[in-house]
Amino acid sequence: MSRPLLSTDSLVKRFGGLAATDGLSLSVAEGELHALIGPNGAGKTTLIGQLSGELTPDSGTILFDGRDVTRLPVHKRAQRGLARSFQITSIFPSFTALDNVALAVQAHAGHSFRFWRDAGRDRRLTDPARAVLERVGLGARADTCADALAHGEKRQLELAMALATGPRLLLLDEPMAGMGPEDSARMVELLQELKGGVTILLVEHDMDAVFALADRITVLVRGKDLASGTPAEIRNDPAVREAYLGDELEVV
Amino acid sequence: MPPTAPRTALLTRPRIALLILLAVALALPTVAHWMGEPFYVRLATRILVFALAAVSLDLILGFGGMVSFGHAAFVGIGGYAVGILFAHQSDGSTLFGFPGTVNGLIVWPLAMLAGALAALPVGAISLRTTGVPFIMITLAFAQMLFYLMTGLKAYGGDDGIALWSRSTLPAPLNIADHTTFYYVVLGLLVAALALGWRLVNSRFGRVIRGAKDNERRMAALGYPVTRYKLVAFVIAGALAGLAGGLLANATMFVGPQYLHWSRSGDLIVMVVLGGIGTLIGPVLGAAALLLLEEFVPELMDLAHAGLGEHWKIVLGPVLILLVLYARKGLWGVVAGRRP
Repeated sequence: MSRPLLSTDSLVKRFGGLAATDGLSLSVAEGELHALIGPNGAGKTTLIGQLSGELTPDSGTILFDGRDVTRLPVHKRAQRGLARSFQITSIFPSFTALDNVALAVQAHAGHSFRFWRDAGRDRRLTDPARAVLERVGLGARADTCADALAHGEKRQLELAMALATGPRLLLLDEPMAGMGPEDSARMVELLQELKGGVTILLVEHDMDAVFALADRITVLVRGKDLASGTPAEIRNDPAVREAYLGDELEVV
Repeated sequence: MPPTAPRTALLTRPRIALLILLAVALALPTVAHWMGEPFYVRLATRILVFALAAVSLDLILGFGGMVSFGHAAFVGIGGYAVGILFAHQSDGSTLFGFPGTVNGLIVWPLAMLAGALAALPVGAISLRTTGVPFIMITLAFAQMLFYLMTGLKAYGGDDGIALWSRSTLPAPLNIADHTTFYYVVLGLLVAALALGWRLVNSRFGRVIRGAKDNERRMAALGYPVTRYKLVAFVIAGALAGLAGGLLANATMFVGPQYLHWSRSGDLIVMVVLGGIGTLIGPVLGAAALLLLEEFVPELMDLAHAGLGEHWKIVLGPVLILLVLYARKGLWGVVAGRRP
Protein backbone atom coordinates (compact mmCIF):
# COMPACT_ATOMS: atom_id res chain seq x y z
CA MET A 1 0.00 0.00 0.00
CA SER A 2 1.29 3.47 -0.88
CA ARG A 3 1.54 6.16 1.78
CA PRO A 4 -1.71 7.72 2.96
CA LEU A 5 -2.78 10.95 1.29
CA LEU A 6 -5.18 11.69 4.09
CA SER A 7 -5.10 10.34 7.60
CA THR A 8 -6.59 11.10 10.97
CA ASP A 9 -5.10 10.19 14.30
CA SER A 10 -7.31 9.68 17.38
CA LEU A 11 -9.80 12.26 16.16
CA VAL A 12 -12.44 13.29 18.71
CA LYS A 13 -15.42 15.61 18.27
CA ARG A 14 -18.05 15.90 20.99
CA PHE A 15 -21.40 17.63 20.90
CA GLY A 16 -22.37 17.96 24.54
CA GLY A 17 -22.16 14.44 25.96
CA LEU A 18 -22.25 12.78 22.56
CA ALA A 19 -18.99 11.77 20.91
CA ALA A 20 -19.82 12.06 17.22
CA THR A 21 -16.24 11.16 16.39
CA ASP A 22 -14.68 8.96 19.04
CA GLY A 23 -10.93 8.47 18.71
CA LEU A 24 -11.05 7.75 15.00
CA SER A 25 -7.89 6.87 13.11
CA LEU A 26 -8.52 6.60 9.43
CA SER A 27 -6.19 6.51 6.48
CA VAL A 28 -6.92 6.99 2.82
CA ALA A 29 -4.15 5.83 0.48
CA GLU A 30 -3.13 7.79 -2.57
CA GLY A 31 -5.13 6.71 -5.59
CA GLU A 32 -7.71 4.56 -3.82
CA LEU A 33 -11.46 4.93 -3.61
CA HIS A 34 -12.20 4.62 0.04
CA ALA A 35 -15.81 4.29 1.08
CA LEU A 36 -17.17 5.31 4.44
CA ILE A 37 -20.38 3.63 5.48
CA GLY A 38 -22.35 3.42 8.66
CA PRO A 39 -25.89 3.73 10.00
CA ASN A 40 -27.55 7.12 10.44
CA GLY A 41 -25.96 8.97 13.31
CA ALA A 42 -22.67 7.12 12.97
CA GLY A 43 -20.84 10.43 12.59
CA LYS A 44 -20.15 10.42 8.86
CA THR A 45 -21.21 14.00 8.21
CA THR A 46 -19.38 15.20 11.33
CA LEU A 47 -16.24 13.53 10.04
CA ILE A 48 -16.59 15.13 6.61
CA GLY A 49 -17.05 18.47 8.37
CA GLN A 50 -13.77 18.03 10.21
CA LEU A 51 -11.88 16.80 7.18
CA SER A 52 -13.06 19.75 5.07
CA GLY A 53 -12.41 22.24 7.86
CA GLU A 54 -15.92 23.41 8.70
CA LEU A 55 -15.70 21.76 12.12
CA THR A 56 -12.69 21.81 14.45
CA PRO A 57 -11.99 18.55 16.27
CA ASP A 58 -11.71 18.61 20.08
CA SER A 59 -8.55 16.53 19.89
CA GLY A 60 -6.53 14.46 17.47
CA THR A 61 -4.90 15.45 14.21
CA ILE A 62 -5.66 15.41 10.51
CA LEU A 63 -2.78 14.98 8.06
CA PHE A 64 -3.19 15.79 4.39
CA ASP A 65 -0.29 15.01 2.08
CA GLY A 66 1.97 14.61 5.09
CA ARG A 67 1.14 18.01 6.60
CA ASP A 68 -0.95 18.82 9.63
CA VAL A 69 -4.12 20.56 8.47
CA THR A 70 -6.13 20.13 11.68
CA ARG A 71 -6.53 23.88 12.26
CA LEU A 72 -6.38 25.03 8.66
CA PRO A 73 -9.46 27.00 7.45
CA VAL A 74 -11.72 25.55 4.77
CA HIS A 75 -10.43 27.62 1.84
CA LYS A 76 -6.77 26.81 2.54
CA ARG A 77 -7.46 23.08 2.57
CA ALA A 78 -9.33 23.49 -0.71
CA GLN A 79 -6.35 25.33 -2.16
CA ARG A 80 -4.12 22.39 -1.21
CA GLY A 81 -6.29 20.08 -3.27
CA LEU A 82 -8.93 18.85 -0.88
CA ALA A 83 -12.23 19.25 -2.72
CA ARG A 84 -15.66 18.26 -1.52
CA SER A 85 -19.19 17.83 -2.69
CA PHE A 86 -22.15 18.43 -0.44
CA GLN A 87 -24.85 16.03 0.69
CA ILE A 88 -27.45 18.75 0.19
CA THR A 89 -26.82 20.26 -3.23
CA SER A 90 -24.74 23.39 -2.81
CA ILE A 91 -24.40 25.29 -6.07
CA PHE A 92 -24.74 28.90 -7.27
CA PRO A 93 -28.39 29.06 -8.31
CA SER A 94 -28.23 32.38 -10.18
CA PHE A 95 -25.23 31.33 -12.30
CA THR A 96 -25.43 29.13 -15.39
CA ALA A 97 -24.08 25.59 -15.15
CA LEU A 98 -21.01 26.70 -17.07
CA ASP A 99 -20.42 29.69 -14.80
CA ASN A 100 -20.76 27.46 -11.74
CA VAL A 101 -17.91 25.31 -12.97
CA ALA A 102 -15.93 28.30 -14.27
CA LEU A 103 -16.06 29.74 -10.76
CA ALA A 104 -14.53 26.49 -9.50
CA VAL A 105 -11.80 26.67 -12.16
CA GLN A 106 -11.14 30.29 -11.25
CA ALA A 107 -10.62 29.38 -7.59
CA HIS A 108 -7.46 27.54 -8.61
CA ALA A 109 -6.24 29.90 -11.32
CA GLY A 110 -4.39 32.36 -9.10
CA HIS A 111 -5.92 35.20 -7.10
CA SER A 112 -9.12 36.83 -8.30
CA PHE A 113 -8.16 40.47 -7.77
CA ARG A 114 -8.73 41.07 -11.47
CA PHE A 115 -11.19 43.85 -11.91
CA TRP A 116 -11.40 44.64 -15.59
CA ARG A 117 -11.54 41.73 -18.01
CA ASP A 118 -14.88 40.02 -18.68
CA ALA A 119 -14.54 36.62 -16.98
CA GLY A 120 -17.41 35.25 -19.06
CA ARG A 121 -15.26 35.59 -22.18
CA ASP A 122 -12.06 34.36 -20.57
CA ARG A 123 -11.33 31.07 -22.31
CA ARG A 124 -8.78 30.12 -19.68
CA LEU A 125 -11.84 29.69 -17.44
CA THR A 126 -14.59 28.63 -19.82
CA ASP A 127 -12.64 26.02 -21.82
CA PRO A 128 -11.67 23.86 -18.84
CA ALA A 129 -15.14 24.40 -17.35
CA ARG A 130 -16.80 23.18 -20.54
CA ALA A 131 -14.51 20.14 -20.60
CA VAL A 132 -15.51 19.17 -17.06
CA LEU A 133 -19.20 19.64 -17.87
CA GLU A 134 -18.79 17.31 -20.85
CA ARG A 135 -17.06 14.80 -18.64
CA VAL A 136 -19.96 14.59 -16.17
CA GLY A 137 -22.49 14.56 -18.99
CA LEU A 138 -23.82 18.09 -18.61
CA GLY A 139 -22.30 19.53 -21.79
CA ALA A 140 -25.66 20.23 -23.37
CA ARG A 141 -26.86 22.11 -20.29
CA ALA A 142 -23.93 24.54 -20.05
CA ASP A 143 -25.98 27.69 -20.59
CA THR A 144 -28.90 26.68 -18.40
CA CYS A 145 -29.34 28.54 -15.14
CA ALA A 146 -28.28 26.15 -12.36
CA ASP A 147 -31.54 26.78 -10.55
CA ALA A 148 -33.47 25.33 -13.51
CA LEU A 149 -31.56 22.03 -13.65
CA ALA A 150 -33.24 18.77 -12.65
CA HIS A 151 -32.23 17.23 -9.33
CA GLY A 152 -29.98 14.61 -10.91
CA GLU A 153 -28.31 17.27 -13.03
CA LYS A 154 -27.68 19.42 -9.97
CA ARG A 155 -25.93 16.45 -8.36
CA GLN A 156 -23.77 16.09 -11.47
CA LEU A 157 -23.00 19.79 -11.35
CA GLU A 158 -22.09 19.45 -7.70
CA LEU A 159 -19.51 16.83 -8.66
CA ALA A 160 -18.34 18.83 -11.68
CA MET A 161 -17.50 21.78 -9.44
CA ALA A 162 -15.44 19.63 -7.10
CA LEU A 163 -13.66 18.07 -10.09
CA ALA A 164 -12.97 21.41 -11.76
CA THR A 165 -10.71 22.47 -8.92
CA GLY A 166 -8.27 19.75 -10.06
CA PRO A 167 -8.28 18.12 -6.62
CA ARG A 168 -5.90 15.59 -5.16
CA LEU A 169 -8.62 14.25 -2.91
CA LEU A 170 -12.36 14.27 -3.45
CA LEU A 171 -14.60 14.15 -0.40
CA LEU A 172 -17.94 13.02 -1.78
CA ASP A 173 -20.77 13.30 0.71
CA GLU A 174 -23.57 11.08 -0.58
CA PRO A 175 -23.28 12.03 -4.24
CA MET A 176 -26.30 9.86 -5.07
CA ALA A 177 -28.59 11.33 -2.42
CA GLY A 178 -32.14 11.56 -3.75
CA MET A 179 -31.25 10.18 -7.17
CA GLY A 180 -33.38 7.75 -9.15
CA PRO A 181 -31.90 4.43 -10.29
CA GLU A 182 -31.03 5.73 -13.74
CA ASP A 183 -29.12 8.78 -12.46
CA SER A 184 -27.46 6.63 -9.81
CA ALA A 185 -26.20 4.21 -12.42
CA ARG A 186 -24.69 7.10 -14.41
CA MET A 187 -23.03 8.45 -11.28
CA VAL A 188 -21.51 5.03 -10.52
CA GLU A 189 -20.23 4.90 -14.07
CA LEU A 190 -18.73 8.34 -13.71
CA LEU A 191 -17.05 7.53 -10.40
CA GLN A 192 -15.69 4.37 -11.97
CA GLU A 193 -14.02 6.54 -14.61
CA LEU A 194 -12.60 8.93 -12.04
CA LYS A 195 -11.27 6.12 -9.89
CA GLY A 196 -7.51 5.76 -9.98
CA GLY A 197 -7.01 9.21 -11.40
CA VAL A 198 -7.99 10.96 -8.20
CA THR A 199 -8.16 9.77 -4.62
CA ILE A 200 -11.75 9.60 -3.37
CA LEU A 201 -13.32 9.35 0.05
CA LEU A 202 -16.91 8.39 -0.60
CA VAL A 203 -19.73 8.56 1.93
CA GLU A 204 -22.72 6.76 0.51
CA HIS A 205 -25.84 4.92 1.62
CA ASP A 206 -26.29 3.04 -1.63
CA MET A 207 -24.64 -0.30 -0.79
CA ASP A 208 -24.69 -1.57 -4.36
CA ALA A 209 -22.70 1.47 -5.41
CA VAL A 210 -20.28 1.23 -2.50
CA PHE A 211 -19.44 -2.42 -3.03
CA ALA A 212 -19.13 -1.92 -6.76
CA LEU A 213 -16.76 1.02 -6.47
CA ALA A 214 -14.70 0.84 -3.31
CA ASP A 215 -11.13 -0.38 -3.03
CA ARG A 216 -11.45 -0.25 0.73
CA ILE A 217 -14.33 0.33 3.08
CA THR A 218 -14.44 1.70 6.60
CA VAL A 219 -17.50 1.00 8.69
CA LEU A 220 -18.25 3.78 11.14
CA VAL A 221 -20.47 3.08 14.14
CA ARG A 222 -20.98 5.61 16.93
CA GLY A 223 -17.95 7.59 15.82
CA LYS A 224 -15.64 4.58 15.93
CA ASP A 225 -13.97 2.52 13.24
CA LEU A 226 -15.79 -0.79 13.56
CA ALA A 227 -13.95 -2.42 10.69
CA SER A 228 -11.78 -1.48 7.73
CA GLY A 229 -10.87 -3.61 4.77
CA THR A 230 -11.59 -4.66 1.23
CA PRO A 231 -15.23 -5.07 0.19
CA ALA A 232 -14.88 -8.83 0.53
CA GLU A 233 -13.46 -8.56 4.05
CA ILE A 234 -16.21 -6.19 5.11
CA ARG A 235 -18.89 -8.36 3.60
CA ASN A 236 -17.68 -11.33 5.62
CA ASP A 237 -16.93 -9.52 8.86
CA PRO A 238 -19.31 -10.93 11.48
CA ALA A 239 -19.19 -7.80 13.65
CA VAL A 240 -20.18 -5.66 10.69
CA ARG A 241 -22.99 -7.99 9.74
CA GLU A 242 -24.32 -7.91 13.24
CA ALA A 243 -23.91 -4.22 13.96
CA TYR A 244 -24.97 -2.69 10.74
CA LEU A 245 -25.37 -4.47 7.47
CA GLY A 246 -27.64 -7.26 8.64
CA ASP A 247 -29.79 -8.62 5.92
CA GLU A 248 -28.78 -5.95 3.47
CA LEU A 249 -25.68 -7.90 2.49
CA GLU A 250 -27.65 -10.94 1.53
CA VAL A 251 -28.80 -9.13 -1.57
CA VAL A 252 -25.42 -7.72 -2.51
CA MET B 1 -28.19 39.32 -14.40
CA PRO B 2 -25.69 41.15 -16.60
CA PRO B 3 -23.37 38.27 -17.56
CA THR B 4 -26.11 36.10 -19.00
CA ALA B 5 -27.58 38.84 -21.20
CA PRO B 6 -27.82 37.56 -24.77
CA ARG B 7 -25.36 39.26 -27.11
CA THR B 8 -27.31 38.63 -30.26
CA ALA B 9 -29.40 41.73 -31.01
CA LEU B 10 -27.66 45.09 -31.13
CA LEU B 11 -30.66 47.11 -30.02
CA THR B 12 -32.09 45.24 -27.08
CA ARG B 13 -34.69 46.86 -24.91
CA PRO B 14 -32.27 47.60 -22.05
CA ARG B 15 -29.84 49.23 -24.49
CA ILE B 16 -32.54 51.43 -25.98
CA ALA B 17 -33.61 52.39 -22.47
CA LEU B 18 -30.01 53.27 -21.62
CA LEU B 19 -29.63 55.43 -24.73
CA ILE B 20 -32.86 57.29 -23.98
CA LEU B 21 -31.76 57.87 -20.38
CA LEU B 22 -28.42 59.22 -21.54
CA ALA B 23 -30.09 61.48 -24.11
CA VAL B 24 -32.45 62.86 -21.46
CA ALA B 25 -29.53 63.47 -19.11
CA LEU B 26 -27.52 65.25 -21.80
CA ALA B 27 -30.42 67.44 -22.95
CA LEU B 28 -31.67 68.31 -19.48
CA PRO B 29 -29.82 71.61 -18.86
CA THR B 30 -30.77 72.94 -22.30
CA VAL B 31 -34.41 72.05 -21.77
CA ALA B 32 -34.40 73.51 -18.26
CA HIS B 33 -33.03 76.84 -19.47
CA TRP B 34 -35.44 76.87 -22.37
CA MET B 35 -38.29 76.34 -19.89
CA GLY B 36 -36.91 79.17 -17.78
CA GLU B 37 -36.38 76.83 -14.81
CA PRO B 38 -32.59 76.75 -14.25
CA PHE B 39 -33.31 75.44 -10.74
CA TYR B 40 -33.95 72.05 -12.33
CA VAL B 41 -30.27 71.80 -13.25
CA ARG B 42 -29.33 71.97 -9.58
CA LEU B 43 -32.02 69.46 -8.66
CA ALA B 44 -30.79 67.13 -11.41
CA THR B 45 -27.20 67.53 -10.17
CA ARG B 46 -28.29 66.48 -6.70
CA ILE B 47 -30.06 63.47 -8.22
CA LEU B 48 -26.89 62.42 -10.06
CA VAL B 49 -24.80 62.77 -6.91
CA PHE B 50 -27.17 60.57 -4.92
CA ALA B 51 -27.32 58.20 -7.88
CA LEU B 52 -23.55 57.78 -7.61
CA ALA B 53 -23.87 57.00 -3.91
CA ALA B 54 -26.71 54.54 -4.59
CA VAL B 55 -24.74 52.83 -7.37
CA SER B 56 -21.81 52.37 -5.00
CA LEU B 57 -24.18 50.80 -2.46
CA ASP B 58 -25.63 48.52 -5.14
CA LEU B 59 -22.15 47.15 -5.81
CA ILE B 60 -22.01 45.61 -2.34
CA LEU B 61 -25.74 45.25 -1.61
CA GLY B 62 -27.01 44.08 -4.96
CA PHE B 63 -24.02 42.07 -6.11
CA GLY B 64 -22.35 41.06 -2.87
CA GLY B 65 -25.40 40.62 -0.65
CA MET B 66 -23.92 42.99 1.94
CA VAL B 67 -26.83 45.01 3.31
CA SER B 68 -24.89 47.95 4.67
CA PHE B 69 -27.12 50.22 6.72
CA GLY B 70 -24.34 52.72 7.21
CA HIS B 71 -23.40 53.67 3.71
CA ALA B 72 -24.25 57.35 4.21
CA ALA B 73 -21.36 57.54 6.68
CA PHE B 74 -18.87 57.16 3.81
CA VAL B 75 -20.75 59.75 1.79
CA GLY B 76 -20.54 62.09 4.78
CA ILE B 77 -16.85 61.41 5.35
CA GLY B 78 -16.15 62.28 1.70
CA GLY B 79 -18.15 65.47 2.14
CA TYR B 80 -16.19 66.40 5.25
CA ALA B 81 -12.89 65.81 3.42
CA VAL B 82 -13.91 68.52 0.96
CA GLY B 83 -15.47 70.71 3.64
CA ILE B 84 -12.56 70.56 6.07
CA LEU B 85 -9.98 71.40 3.41
CA PHE B 86 -12.23 74.25 2.30
CA ALA B 87 -12.39 75.58 5.86
CA HIS B 88 -8.60 75.56 6.18
CA GLN B 89 -8.24 77.22 2.84
CA SER B 90 -10.64 79.99 3.76
CA ASP B 91 -9.03 80.89 7.11
CA GLY B 92 -5.47 80.17 5.94
CA SER B 93 -4.78 77.65 8.71
CA THR B 94 -3.06 74.31 8.24
CA LEU B 95 -4.06 70.70 8.83
CA PHE B 96 -1.21 68.37 9.91
CA GLY B 97 1.11 70.98 8.44
CA PHE B 98 -0.68 71.10 5.09
CA PRO B 99 -2.61 74.11 3.87
CA GLY B 100 -6.27 73.77 2.94
CA THR B 101 -7.26 73.62 -0.69
CA VAL B 102 -10.25 73.78 -2.99
CA ASN B 103 -8.48 72.16 -5.94
CA GLY B 104 -10.89 69.46 -7.14
CA LEU B 105 -8.07 67.34 -8.49
CA ILE B 106 -6.77 67.11 -4.93
CA VAL B 107 -9.86 67.19 -2.75
CA TRP B 108 -12.03 64.80 -4.78
CA PRO B 109 -9.46 61.99 -4.78
CA LEU B 110 -8.96 62.73 -1.08
CA ALA B 111 -12.72 62.38 -0.56
CA MET B 112 -12.48 58.95 -2.18
CA LEU B 113 -9.47 58.07 -0.06
CA ALA B 114 -11.28 59.19 3.10
CA GLY B 115 -14.32 57.06 2.18
CA ALA B 116 -12.09 54.06 1.51
CA LEU B 117 -10.07 54.51 4.71
CA ALA B 118 -13.26 54.73 6.77
CA ALA B 119 -14.73 51.69 5.02
CA LEU B 120 -11.64 49.56 5.68
CA PRO B 121 -11.93 49.11 9.47
CA VAL B 122 -15.74 49.23 9.41
CA GLY B 123 -15.79 46.48 6.78
CA ALA B 124 -13.04 44.44 8.42
CA ILE B 125 -15.08 44.22 11.61
CA SER B 126 -18.62 44.10 10.16
CA LEU B 127 -17.79 41.40 7.62
CA ARG B 128 -17.09 38.96 10.41
CA THR B 129 -20.87 38.71 10.49
CA THR B 130 -23.62 38.35 7.92
CA GLY B 131 -27.37 38.96 7.77
CA VAL B 132 -29.06 41.01 10.48
CA PRO B 133 -25.93 41.37 12.67
CA PHE B 134 -24.12 42.86 9.66
CA ILE B 135 -26.92 45.37 9.16
CA MET B 136 -26.84 46.34 12.84
CA ILE B 137 -23.05 46.67 13.06
CA THR B 138 -22.77 48.85 9.96
CA LEU B 139 -25.60 50.96 11.37
CA ALA B 140 -23.79 51.25 14.71
CA PHE B 141 -20.53 52.33 13.08
CA ALA B 142 -22.33 54.92 10.98
CA GLN B 143 -24.04 56.36 14.05
CA MET B 144 -20.68 56.50 15.84
CA LEU B 145 -19.27 58.53 12.96
CA PHE B 146 -22.40 60.70 12.98
CA TYR B 147 -21.88 61.59 16.64
CA LEU B 148 -18.16 62.06 16.06
CA MET B 149 -18.94 64.70 13.43
CA THR B 150 -21.53 66.29 15.71
CA GLY B 151 -18.76 66.68 18.27
CA LEU B 152 -16.26 68.20 15.85
CA LYS B 153 -16.62 71.73 17.20
CA ALA B 154 -13.66 72.94 15.14
CA TYR B 155 -15.66 72.16 12.02
CA GLY B 156 -19.03 73.50 13.03
CA GLY B 157 -20.25 70.61 15.19
CA ASP B 158 -24.01 70.33 14.71
CA ASP B 159 -24.03 73.23 12.29
CA GLY B 160 -21.52 71.74 9.88
CA ILE B 161 -19.49 73.76 7.41
CA ALA B 162 -20.95 76.19 4.89
CA LEU B 163 -18.98 76.43 1.66
CA TRP B 164 -19.15 79.67 -0.26
CA SER B 165 -17.40 78.40 -3.33
CA ARG B 166 -17.14 75.14 -5.19
CA SER B 167 -13.98 73.15 -5.79
CA THR B 168 -11.95 74.29 -8.77
CA LEU B 169 -11.03 72.23 -11.79
CA PRO B 170 -8.47 73.07 -14.49
CA ALA B 171 -9.69 75.38 -17.27
CA PRO B 172 -11.90 75.29 -19.24
CA LEU B 173 -14.01 73.53 -16.60
CA ASN B 174 -15.56 76.22 -14.46
CA ILE B 175 -17.84 74.31 -12.15
CA ALA B 176 -18.99 77.44 -10.36
CA ASP B 177 -21.32 77.39 -13.32
CA HIS B 178 -24.21 75.07 -12.44
CA THR B 179 -24.51 73.59 -15.91
CA THR B 180 -20.79 72.79 -16.19
CA PHE B 181 -20.89 71.23 -12.74
CA TYR B 182 -23.90 69.16 -13.82
CA TYR B 183 -22.01 67.76 -16.81
CA VAL B 184 -18.93 67.01 -14.71
CA VAL B 185 -21.05 65.05 -12.24
CA LEU B 186 -22.81 63.27 -15.11
CA GLY B 187 -19.44 62.32 -16.56
CA LEU B 188 -18.27 60.94 -13.23
CA LEU B 189 -21.49 58.97 -12.79
CA VAL B 190 -21.20 57.45 -16.27
CA ALA B 191 -17.56 56.57 -15.55
CA ALA B 192 -18.56 54.96 -12.25
CA LEU B 193 -21.28 52.95 -14.00
CA ALA B 194 -18.84 51.76 -16.67
CA LEU B 195 -16.31 50.86 -14.01
CA GLY B 196 -18.98 49.06 -11.97
CA TRP B 197 -20.11 47.16 -15.05
CA ARG B 198 -16.59 45.92 -15.75
CA LEU B 199 -16.16 45.12 -12.09
CA VAL B 200 -19.23 42.91 -11.64
CA ASN B 201 -18.38 40.93 -14.78
CA SER B 202 -14.70 40.50 -13.95
CA ARG B 203 -13.18 37.61 -12.03
CA PHE B 204 -13.41 39.74 -8.92
CA GLY B 205 -17.08 40.46 -9.55
CA ARG B 206 -17.83 36.78 -9.98
CA VAL B 207 -16.30 36.03 -6.60
CA ILE B 208 -18.46 38.72 -5.00
CA ARG B 209 -21.62 37.44 -6.70
CA GLY B 210 -20.72 33.87 -5.88
CA ALA B 211 -20.39 34.83 -2.23
CA LYS B 212 -23.86 36.34 -2.34
CA ASP B 213 -25.30 33.15 -3.84
CA ASN B 214 -23.50 30.63 -1.64
CA GLU B 215 -20.71 31.70 0.67
CA ARG B 216 -20.15 28.25 2.13
CA ARG B 217 -19.53 26.76 -1.28
CA MET B 218 -17.13 29.58 -2.16
CA ALA B 219 -14.96 28.64 0.83
CA ALA B 220 -15.12 24.96 -0.12
CA LEU B 221 -13.89 25.89 -3.59
CA GLY B 222 -10.88 27.59 -2.03
CA TYR B 223 -11.83 31.27 -1.94
CA PRO B 224 -10.88 33.43 1.05
CA VAL B 225 -14.30 35.04 0.70
CA THR B 226 -14.05 37.73 3.38
CA ARG B 227 -10.95 39.25 1.78
CA TYR B 228 -12.80 39.78 -1.51
CA LYS B 229 -15.90 41.13 0.20
CA LEU B 230 -13.75 43.58 2.14
CA VAL B 231 -12.14 44.90 -1.03
CA ALA B 232 -15.60 45.36 -2.56
CA PHE B 233 -16.71 47.17 0.60
CA VAL B 234 -13.73 49.51 0.41
CA ILE B 235 -14.29 50.23 -3.31
CA ALA B 236 -17.92 51.06 -2.53
CA GLY B 237 -16.71 53.29 0.32
CA ALA B 238 -14.38 55.15 -2.05
CA LEU B 239 -17.18 55.77 -4.57
CA ALA B 240 -19.48 56.88 -1.76
CA GLY B 241 -16.73 59.24 -0.60
CA LEU B 242 -16.57 60.77 -4.07
CA ALA B 243 -20.35 61.17 -4.03
CA GLY B 244 -19.97 62.96 -0.69
CA GLY B 245 -17.35 65.31 -2.08
CA LEU B 246 -19.67 66.13 -4.95
CA LEU B 247 -22.61 66.54 -2.60
CA ALA B 248 -20.68 69.13 -0.62
CA ASN B 249 -20.20 71.00 -3.89
CA ALA B 250 -23.81 70.58 -4.96
CA THR B 251 -25.33 71.85 -1.72
CA MET B 252 -22.41 74.12 -0.71
CA PHE B 253 -22.69 72.61 2.73
CA VAL B 254 -21.42 69.70 4.83
CA GLY B 255 -23.01 68.63 8.10
CA PRO B 256 -23.43 65.61 10.36
CA GLN B 257 -26.92 64.99 8.95
CA TYR B 258 -25.24 63.60 5.83
CA LEU B 259 -24.11 60.66 7.94
CA HIS B 260 -27.41 60.13 9.71
CA TRP B 261 -28.89 56.63 9.59
CA SER B 262 -31.98 57.89 7.79
CA ARG B 263 -29.72 58.92 4.90
CA SER B 264 -28.37 55.36 4.78
CA GLY B 265 -31.98 54.22 4.70
CA ASP B 266 -32.67 56.59 1.79
CA LEU B 267 -29.79 55.02 -0.14
CA ILE B 268 -31.19 51.52 0.43
CA VAL B 269 -34.61 52.75 -0.70
CA MET B 270 -33.04 54.15 -3.88
CA VAL B 271 -31.37 50.82 -4.64
CA VAL B 272 -34.51 48.77 -3.97
CA LEU B 273 -36.80 51.23 -5.75
CA GLY B 274 -34.58 51.36 -8.83
CA GLY B 275 -33.69 47.68 -9.04
CA ILE B 276 -31.32 45.81 -6.79
CA GLY B 277 -28.25 44.34 -8.50
CA THR B 278 -28.76 46.23 -11.76
CA LEU B 279 -26.26 49.13 -11.30
CA ILE B 280 -28.29 51.47 -13.52
CA GLY B 281 -31.49 50.91 -11.54
CA PRO B 282 -30.30 52.86 -8.49
CA VAL B 283 -29.89 55.90 -10.75
CA LEU B 284 -33.61 55.68 -11.51
CA GLY B 285 -34.25 55.03 -7.83
CA ALA B 286 -32.36 58.18 -6.82
CA ALA B 287 -34.29 60.21 -9.40
CA ALA B 288 -37.63 58.78 -8.30
CA LEU B 289 -37.02 59.33 -4.58
CA LEU B 290 -35.69 62.87 -4.91
CA LEU B 291 -38.43 63.86 -7.38
CA LEU B 292 -41.10 62.48 -5.06
CA GLU B 293 -39.46 64.34 -2.18
CA GLU B 294 -39.40 67.54 -4.24
CA PHE B 295 -42.84 67.57 -5.79
CA VAL B 296 -45.21 65.38 -3.77
CA PRO B 297 -45.16 67.67 -0.70
CA GLU B 298 -45.96 70.65 -2.94
CA LEU B 299 -48.87 68.84 -4.51
CA MET B 300 -50.13 67.70 -1.13
CA ASP B 301 -49.91 71.22 0.25
CA LEU B 302 -52.13 72.35 -2.59
CA ALA B 303 -54.79 69.97 -1.32
CA HIS B 304 -54.39 70.99 2.29
CA ALA B 305 -51.78 73.30 3.78
CA GLY B 306 -49.33 71.44 6.01
CA LEU B 307 -50.17 68.08 4.52
CA GLY B 308 -46.90 68.16 2.58
CA GLU B 309 -44.73 67.23 5.50
CA HIS B 310 -46.40 63.84 5.55
CA TRP B 311 -45.31 63.09 1.98
CA LYS B 312 -43.84 59.74 2.96
CA ILE B 313 -47.43 58.49 3.17
CA VAL B 314 -47.19 58.45 -0.62
CA LEU B 315 -43.68 56.97 -0.72
CA GLY B 316 -44.63 53.97 1.42
CA PRO B 317 -47.33 52.52 -0.87
CA VAL B 318 -45.19 53.22 -3.96
CA LEU B 319 -42.39 51.16 -2.45
CA ILE B 320 -44.71 48.34 -1.46
CA LEU B 321 -46.23 48.20 -4.94
CA LEU B 322 -42.81 48.09 -6.55
CA VAL B 323 -41.56 45.36 -4.26
CA LEU B 324 -44.73 43.35 -4.92
CA TYR B 325 -45.01 43.80 -8.66
CA ALA B 326 -41.56 44.67 -9.97
CA ARG B 327 -38.85 42.46 -8.60
CA LYS B 328 -36.11 44.35 -10.36
CA GLY B 329 -37.59 47.72 -9.45
CA LEU B 330 -38.03 50.60 -11.86
CA TRP B 331 -35.25 49.34 -14.10
CA GLY B 332 -37.05 46.01 -14.39
CA VAL B 333 -40.17 47.89 -15.53
CA VAL B 334 -38.21 49.97 -18.06
CA ALA B 335 -35.90 47.29 -19.42
CA GLY B 336 -38.27 44.35 -19.25
CA ARG B 337 -37.61 41.02 -17.66
CA ARG B 338 -34.70 39.12 -19.11
CA PRO B 339 -34.80 35.35 -19.55
